[in-house]
Amino acid sequence: MSTLQETKNKILTSTVFENWVNASPRVNAFADTIKDAAQAFTAQGIPTTKHEEWKYTNVTKLATTDFQISANNNTLKKVDVKEMKVTADAVIVVLENGVFNKEASSLEALPKGIHIGSIHDMLDNAAVKKHFLQHADYKTEPFVALNTATFSDAVCIIADANVEMETPIHLMMVNTCDELSAYIPVRILVVADKNASIHVVETFESFSHTNSIFVNAVSEVVLAENAKVNYVKMQDDPGNTTHINYHRVAMARDSYQHLTTLSLGRGLIRNNLNIRLGDVNGTAYLNGLTVARSKQTVDHHTAVDHAMPHCYSSELYKNLIDDQAQGVFNGKIFVRKDAQKTNAFQSNKNLLLSDDATMNAKPQLEIFADDVKCSHGATTGQLDDESLFYLRARGIGEDAARALLNHAFAAEVMEGIAHEGVKEKMLELLNEKLK
Amino acid sequence: MLTIKDLKASVEEKQILNGLNFEVKPGEVHAIMGPNGSGKSTLASVLAGREEYEVTGGEVIFNGEDLLEMSPEDRARAGVFLAFQYPVEIPGVSNANFLKTAVNEVRKSKGLEALDSKQFLKIMQEKMKLVEMDKAMTQRSVNEGFSGGEKKRNEIFQMAMLEPSLAILDETDSGLDIDALRIVANGVNALRDGKRSFIVITHYQRLLDYIVPDFVHVLYKGRIVKSGTKELALELEEKGYDWIKEEVDATLNA
Repeated sequence: MSTLQETKNKILTSTVFENWVNASPRVNAFADTIKDAAQAFTAQGIPTTKHEEWKYTNVTKLATTDFQISANNNTLKKVDVKEMKVTADAVIVVLENGVFNKEASSLEALPKGIHIGSIHDMLDNAAVKKHFLQHADYKTEPFVALNTATFSDAVCIIADANVEMETPIHLMMVNTCDELSAYIPVRILVVADKNASIHVVETFESFSHTNSIFVNAVSEVVLAENAKVNYVKMQDDPGNTTHINYHRVAMARDSYQHLTTLSLGRGLIRNNLNIRLGDVNGTAYLNGLTVARSKQTVDHHTAVDHAMPHCYSSELYKNLIDDQAQGVFNGKIFVRKDAQKTNAFQSNKNLLLSDDATMNAKPQLEIFADDVKCSHGATTGQLDDESLFYLRARGIGEDAARALLNHAFAAEVMEGIAHEGVKEKMLELLNEKLK
Repeated sequence: MLTIKDLKASVEEKQILNGLNFEVKPGEVHAIMGPNGSGKSTLASVLAGREEYEVTGGEVIFNGEDLLEMSPEDRARAGVFLAFQYPVEIPGVSNANFLKTAVNEVRKSKGLEALDSKQFLKIMQEKMKLVEMDKAMTQRSVNEGFSGGEKKRNEIFQMAMLEPSLAILDETDSGLDIDALRIVANGVNALRDGKRSFIVITHYQRLLDYIVPDFVHVLYKGRIVKSGTKELALELEEKGYDWIKEEVDATLNA
């Protein structure tokens, strides 16, 4: 208890948090929520490993680091981010240190019915009014509370009814901060109205050479009836980063969401995915791939909530863990009493590439309906010696053979990415990581 | 080309090869036969460099080099090819991608430039005909879901692509029906060019009707105990191995 209390006190007395909370609300329209979230964070604090949900992932050092918020968030120009574009035609939305950078973004050619911009410019949008800060639960999630209490900007992507956009929207999160220890709150709202269809790609990169970075990202994704969202998260943060990502998807009837999380960065990564199938006939895919090295921890917590009947969910998580790295997978599936005819599947496959690598896998199914099909499976193993020998016996060197097998292991997740151009770019980035 | 002198090898502390002597010259086809457990597959595994097999004595010289000192990939690059008795399934790696990587690694080791996709495709299409392989098979994952016959055809196809100077066929005929056997044998025969050598390990004389060997050897208790020409295989087919076993055991006990 004392540890928890200490931790809480430390972050709460840090100059950063006090400054944030005491400063005038950054988004006046939501002042009450922001204030409430600040209180919720005060009540929860930074979780310790005594907290069941944070058992394997120690983030307590966040509480003792004197983080600063970057004051300089407008340094990037279009030319600086050109190379990073996910596809040549992608719509680029740059968040520099969590703040929308219009200058570096390319929003000139947005199709009719697609609205993208900073929360400060979109407060009049009906979908923004209705959904902003409304879906991620800050009462139970300390980092959502911290994010909600501290964000200074947010990016909103709104697709009006019946708008189908094949060109990917690329949310490029770039860190340029030069503070010794930088805190970067990132806030995203995506709304796909009735029958709308969009592709969103998030990338996280850093141009910063600072000591430590704490990225605290919250995305709220809302799908109206029969909407379709394909979403890819590419997390390529450097080793000095602690990246905590909360992704909430609220799904209406007949909607479809496909989410691929690629955790290829070098820092500590914690993903919390929270999918709510809130009406009938929804379809949700959650795929994830991890490449973890050195002493890294990569933690995927997923929760799929089947609240209504006739929904389908499928999870595929694959982790490649090397060196002394640690992988964590915790997959919760809830099937509520009313959610008859639910199909829910979960698969977690892990490869340990060294003797010191560890994996903690925990499937967690809570089923209250009786007419459902649910399954889960978790396997952890090593690279197959027979396969390795087979490749080497054909002249392929040991390192290349290992890379080929690691690729093969990852292929299933990569294949799931719907947009061909995005898939190609992601494979290219993966190639670099597996070399 | 290949000289094996007094080769001794063990697996899991159990000695399998007990001083094997054997020589292969360019262009020759040698069949190695023998009862179960005589050490046939061990010989193939030792030559290919499988790590579970420990060489406890003797030497293997391949084109003037100490083969046993080389890694499996270096042996393959130097021109040794093992057609596996049980080809491995590798989900997620396409046959074509696998072979392109392999062919280019072998080329690189010889100081040759890598083949581009177009050049590779052209060679691949040529070689596919040798084993009556269709395009779909090259796009599928390596051996995944292949029938026994398809797997063995794939081995010969890989051999054709890699153009080794010495090919070791480890019970390539096992599990094949007569049609698959014919296809595989035709593929092998097409690759006999007077320079390339083959070691054909088999239980049955049947394969040797199709791939006619220059020499036939009988392996028993980890040694070559009898050598002859293709007629020896026919004799073995007819009389079994017992007469050889008796002969050998009598000598050993004498």
